[in-house]
Amino acid sequence: MSFPIPEISDVNRPYWDGLAAGELRYQHCRQCGNKWLPAREHCPECLSAESEWRASSGRATVVSWIVYRHAYAPHLVDRLPYDVTIVQLEEGPRMLTNIVNGDAGRRLSVGAQVELAIETEEGVNLPRFKLTQQYER
Amino acid sequence: MRGKVAITGVGHTTWGKHPGRDRVSLIVEASAKAIADAGLDKDEIDAVLVKQANSAPGILYGQKVAEALGLRPSIGLNIDQGGAACTSLLQYGSLAIDAGMIKNALIVYGDTPRTGSRAALHRPRGDDAVMGWYSVAAGYAMIHQAYRQRYQSQPEEFGNIAVQIRANGAANPNAHLRVPLTMEQYLACEQLVEPLRKDDCCLVSDGAAAIVISATAAARDRSRAVPLLGMGQGQESWEVHLRPDLLHTKAGDSADMAFKMAGVNRNDISFAQLYDCFTVTVLQTLEDYGLAPRGAAGKKALAEGIGLDGWLPLNTSGGLLSESGTPGLQLIIEGVRQMRGEATLQVKNPKLGLISNQGGTMHTHATIIVGQPS
Repeated sequence: MSFPIPEISDVNRPYWDGLAAGELRYQHCRQCGNKWLPAREHCPECLSAESEWRASSGRATVVSWIVYRHAYAPHLVDRLPYDVTIVQLEEGPRMLTNIVNGDAGRRLSVGAQVELAIETEEGVNLPRFKLTQQYER
Repeated sequence: MRGKVAITGVGHTTWGKHPGRDRVSLIVEASAKAIADAGLDKDEIDAVLVKQANSAPGILYGQKVAEALGLRPSIGLNIDQGGAACTSLLQYGSLAIDAGMIKNALIVYGDTPRTGSRAALHRPRGDDAVMGWYSVAAGYAMIHQAYRQRYQSQPEEFGNIAVQIRANGAANPNAHLRVPLTMEQYLACEQLVEPLRKDDCCLVSDGAAAIVISATAAARDRSRAVPLLGMGQGQESWEVHLRPDLLHTKAGDSADMAFKMAGVNRNDISFAQLYDCFTVTVLQTLEDYGLAPRGAAGKKALAEGIGLDGWLPLNTSGGLLSESGTPGLQLIIEGVRQMRGEATLQVKNPKLGLISNQGGTMHTHATIIVGQPS
């Protein structure tokens, strides 16, 4: 199986534990208020190590997206065609995801609103999103 | 610094396929040509500056290359900065020459991804690979999509870049790909990662290239020594999805630094050799450099041309899209050929040449401006 099981460390464990518990978490700096993903030990703005994990509302907007028509690993063959999409969470952090009802990119547009729709693959809960009703043409 | 250091020698292997060849052997072959072109004896090289091989990063690789060259140089190293590395190495070598630490630096790159491993180009990208985020092309597809959406640009704006550069490559007897491309073929070609078309993507080529730099005043043949007038760098650094704006990169800072050092106006550039790993990279670089308004580079290129008689002759030997997919040195070498008056598609009496190298998904960037030999 070629699915890339994420490597869990002390730093990113709260992120994956959050998804396992059904929520998407991001880091919040107690010193400067900066919010970010992916997981890191220090705030990339003020370099403080004083951060906490917070749950996102799960609401986000689409920034850009692409659609794979070629599988770069065997486990991706059955997903073709599939999108990888940049979204910006309501709280600020940006991340890469897939839009489950995006019809392989055809329904996507910059600024489209999406909401968290966690899916399980190979036992791992993944932070996917779905277009909100308003954008589900 | 302006004009004190010059590119005095250039050399490269054939581009395309070198089955069974070792990448270090290819580097030695290109280096011997560059050193001879500079009119130097091998032992006069006192710096060996190597860009890391994409397909096989190694420990002490710079020393391995020096050993194969039979050199024990004052400065010897291998750096990783993606496709900007060769131009950055040229800059660091120039600073060391100007500081009096060394006299002649050799900058080299060679690799065999065509007949060897392309794993680096197809790789899973960190923890985001769980979402299906694979390959170098995907990052550029993200920028291409953002560009297309923001400016409502037409496919022909990207296609025109590929068509012109492929035409230049077709005229270059040493190009890896000498098959020209029509707009119809561009529009019809397959998409591996939408919105990228196959012909938006550069070649994957085996081969090696080398350049020699020296103090301009010490060049063996001043009439062929191409002076380095300006140099700059700017490192966007962050992963593409974490950037505040996908369509503004630090390439702009790199160009500003280079133009300031050169003391020339950007409208006086005679030609540009821009890193064309993907067609959107060319449009984005032209706009970050201030050579075209935001969102207008493709339209301007279509309207005013980018051939020898156009607004700005671009990638006159075929760039990464057609001459060789090798990361960067071939663009510098073509800049040298142009300034020496030795190019196949020769720009008439060029005064200033602009060259960009960049790497990652526009993570890294370096710029040089070259002038006429004296």
